[in-house]
Amino acid sequence: MSSAAAKPILYSYFRSSCSWRVRIALALKGIAYDVVPVNLLKDGGQQLAIIHYLEDTCPNPRLLPQDLKKRAQVRMIADHIVSGIQPLQNLSVLKQMGEKKMEWAQNCIASGFQALEQTLEHTAGRYCVGDEVSMADLCLVPQVFNAERFKVDMGPYPTITRINKALLELEAFKVSHPSLQPDTPAELRA
Amino acid sequence: PILYSYFRSSCSWRVRIALALKGIAYDVVPVNLLKDGGQQFSAEFKAVNPMQQVPALKIDGITLSQSLAIIHYLEDTCPNPRLLPQDLKKRAQVRMIADHIVSGIQPLQNLSVLKQMGEKKMEWAQNCIASGFQALEQTLEHTAGRYCVGDEVSMADLCLVPQVFNAERFKVDMGPYPTITRINKALLELEAFKVSHPSLQPDTPAELRA
Repeated sequence: MSSAAAKPILYSYFRSSCSWRVRIALALKGIAYDVVPVNLLKDGGQQLAIIHYLEDTCPNPRLLPQDLKKRAQVRMIADHIVSGIQPLQNLSVLKQMGEKKMEWAQNCIASGFQALEQTLEHTAGRYCVGDEVSMADLCLVPQVFNAERFKVDMGPYPTITRINKALLELEAFKVSHPSLQPDTPAELRA
Repeated sequence: PILYSYFRSSCSWRVRIALALKGIAYDVVPVNLLKDGGQQFSAEFKAVNPMQQVPALKIDGITLSQSLAIIHYLEDTCPNPRLLPQDLKKRAQVRMIADHIVSGIQPLQNLSVLKQMGEKKMEWAQNCIASGFQALEQTLEHTAGRYCVGDEVSMADLCLVPQVFNAERFKVDMGPYPTITRINKALLELEAFKVSHPSLQPDTPAELRA
């Protein structure tokens, strides 16, 4: 006789882009969860594993296309953000950069977004790959939020900007937003 | 298929292992990350991969970058031998370990970051790897059998071996990581991990050849 499954617990920091990706996935899948706020999340970069697990166990709505080539493009974009951009501007690296911190973060993001903008020109429909929300979109929005925090000029990235705007109109991206979390400081609340 | 690869790039090695395990023949186009200011920055290569990084794989009419995205595509299109367990929780553990290495360790000690560290380069790389391996060793104590997760080779193992190679290059003391060391040794006995080794690539410099 099995007991009722416990509600999942998400250890989350309101402003962590990594936490936000997982919150979006949970919201899209309609999975209720409890939050344990963690101040200064130790980022091991494992959120895609979590999102894949949610995808495997809760297949609707789908976060990966059925077409295998499009699926690869989704993963490529997600991985580019999660391995190629975000780790370079995370807390431990920034600490090392001292005064050059802002400049370094801006360069990492700008360089990563330049490549991403080119890729999206080929893959994007309404969203990053075609017209369905995918793992790539879950990674994009938090990274644009980071870009804005570091005052990156978004002028050169019209496709990223357009897609980000379209995604932020969706409920799952709104309820999971850093400004609306249990641990969001009062002065940053929506 | 055409693989854009650098002999010593750990990311390229992951994909070389996957191709070898799946028995997929391919051609190599070497991209030297150090020569000519870094051949990955050439206009020619930018057209192949806007992210200007290796590996990139041209296969089935598309070009893919990002090692795990490539490996997942190979897994989806060429399911044998399997690189992900059927059990979904074990599958998640494989991905967690792979993600930890691919996003949590390697990017912090890659070329572009090390360039910024100047004299502190070696120390920085050692700290990143040691810190990442400390966490990994703890995880593996729960998940490992003969390999990272149970007794079947998985995506986690493809990520582990190249990262240990990097650790050795940066003279990280492997003493505190007996599980990582044991698994690495077991994997290096497998053919796919040998033929794909940095010492045996078309672009391996003569002095580093096996």
